[in-house]
Amino acid sequence: MMRQLFFALAMLVPLSGFAAGGEAVPFHFDPNLGSQGSLQRGAKLFMNYCSGCHSLEYMRYQRIADDLEIPEDVMENNLMMTHGKIHDTIQGAMPKEKAAEWFGKAPPDLSLSAREHGADWIYSFLMSFYLDDSRPTGVNNLVVSNTAMPAVLAPLQGFQALKHEEGEHGEEAGGEEGHGGGEPQFELVQEGQLNPAQYRAAVGDLTNFLVYVGEPAKLVRYSLGFKVILFLLLFTGLAYMLKREFWRDVH
Amino acid sequence: MANRFMGWVDERFPATQLWNEHIAQYYAPKNFNVWYYFGSLAMLVLVNQLVTGIWLAMFYKPGAATAFGSVAYIMRDVEWGWLIRYMHSTGASFFFIVVYLHMFRALLYGSYRKPRELLWIFGCLIFLALMAEAFMGYVLPWGNMSYWGAQVIISLFSAIPVIGEQLTTWIRGDFVIGDATLNRFFALHVVALPFVLVGLVIAHIMALHHVGSNNPDGIEIKANKNADGHPADGIPFHPYYTVKDLFGVGVFLTLFAGVIFFAPEFGGFFLEPPNFTQANPSVTPEHIAPVWYFTPFYAMLRAVPDKLGGVITMFAAVLILFVLPWLDRSKVKSIRYKGIIFKVMLAALAISFLILGYIGTQPPSPMLTLVARIATIVYFAFFLLMPVYSIIDRTKPVPERVTG
Repeated sequence: MMRQLFFALAMLVPLSGFAAGGEAVPFHFDPNLGSQGSLQRGAKLFMNYCSGCHSLEYMRYQRIADDLEIPEDVMENNLMMTHGKIHDTIQGAMPKEKAAEWFGKAPPDLSLSAREHGADWIYSFLMSFYLDDSRPTGVNNLVVSNTAMPAVLAPLQGFQALKHEEGEHGEEAGGEEGHGGGEPQFELVQEGQLNPAQYRAAVGDLTNFLVYVGEPAKLVRYSLGFKVILFLLLFTGLAYMLKREFWRDVH
Repeated sequence: MANRFMGWVDERFPATQLWNEHIAQYYAPKNFNVWYYFGSLAMLVLVNQLVTGIWLAMFYKPGAATAFGSVAYIMRDVEWGWLIRYMHSTGASFFFIVVYLHMFRALLYGSYRKPRELLWIFGCLIFLALMAEAFMGYVLPWGNMSYWGAQVIISLFSAIPVIGEQLTTWIRGDFVIGDATLNRFFALHVVALPFVLVGLVIAHIMALHHVGSNNPDGIEIKANKNADGHPADGIPFHPYYTVKDLFGVGVFLTLFAGVIFFAPEFGGFFLEPPNFTQANPSVTPEHIAPVWYFTPFYAMLRAVPDKLGGVITMFAAVLILFVLPWLDRSKVKSIRYKGIIFKVMLAALAISFLILGYIGTQPPSPMLTLVARIATIVYFAFFLLMPVYSIIDRTKPVPERVTG
């Protein structure tokens, strides 16, 4: 009966779209915005491997340069892959309509992806590309089943295969087994430039960077918060003593 | 000099008179407990929302094509924009926390009883206006949850027989939630409803100061006056309650700042993850749920198998508050002197409200629906059975004077 009501409610909305569906997030990653080096490496990885297709349309090169202490000339000469000025927002190199034509779906803007999906999701997505002959790109993904995205990081990671039984229904189930028994089992079929540990670290840097891009204010939010709360505690203590002083004659 | 200046003003405007009537010589009961902080805190949050709202409106650009980007712009490029926005978004949730506790206080101590019926009704109207204000404000960032939440809530009006369909189209200004909807919600959120809210708050306070504050004993302090004509159990609001409330403000702001700086999303309850992607009519979020402060009512809506019945139940849950003063027939006001039945019923009300709040955040399941139905019945039983149980409940004798 509840289900009927739920569908009844869903019917009320004029355009019934498609739900995103259950996603497996097999890996866990704790972002660390305190590490400037990690953020800088993440920025470099993003500009080299991601910015060809993905924009950060709410993020400016200048802001990244300022926040991550990247000299402006390094930014302009080595990290700005598209034309534009340093104060511009980061637009993908690929025109959106063309991209939709080529990939079937325009590569999404990544400004807020960390806030929408979370660090675990991004990290897991980049860790779980595996070989799949049935896909036009030759690879599939455990987190986003049948993703249109090719294995862009394969030069670094190499290619991995999903181990037997999971591989068979992994395509259908979107790798739900990831929920049950820890991280999924992959087998490195072809080596990349980085060894597995280095690749994990690189994906961590990239995830860190995207978490920072999701909310640049996070870099100052915590430290400012401690100061504000310290002040408020002092204020509250003072207010309490004032109250006690005034109320002495009431009781 | 200062005296002469105030004399000049007072001849032309009752400044000193207003100050005395409402603050310096407004006598409040001396036995307020912690529950009595939430009135002044609600005022504080209202001011916070108004001031941060003004600054947000300076940079926010209503319109389906511009809204989402302008919020991102506020979060990144506007100096301190992120702080102002978090103060506003966190303030919305804290407004409801404070108001729910404030309302619960009234239930505890019978603050809605004669002669405070109008005071209570103004409060209920504030609650209604606040819900409308919060709902429309939630649509403005134009995230995907804003969009689909609005879609679901507005389509509820289509359950009304005969005029339902035309009514929803009229509200939206379109056949779907769109640019027209967003712009009118902006106008209502920043102009119309704040006016209504502030006006109602003034009426609420005027009514309060006219009849005088209730207190945890639920007795009238005006019944016992001392030689100089002031209530014997009363103390001037200023300085006693201004300094006491100042302490309350300190505690409140510390918690408030804790959320703003360390958990502004509050685990997805204050800012929901699907709202960080732009409104998209062709992609439905996996699970559409309203923000936490609406979930008790949303759970009641879903608990009723019939659409129109659900809508009626949801609105009835709010509207029934208005007649509360006439449902309570108890000889005493305060829970301190009421009997066991009231205590059990009030506890059941609070627990069922919390359970409904939780269920409203969850995807529906047969088990949860059953629990939601029971909780909905309990919620209404508190009110509808009150005329009976408030009479048969055994009350304790009420003291002449306030007790500590």
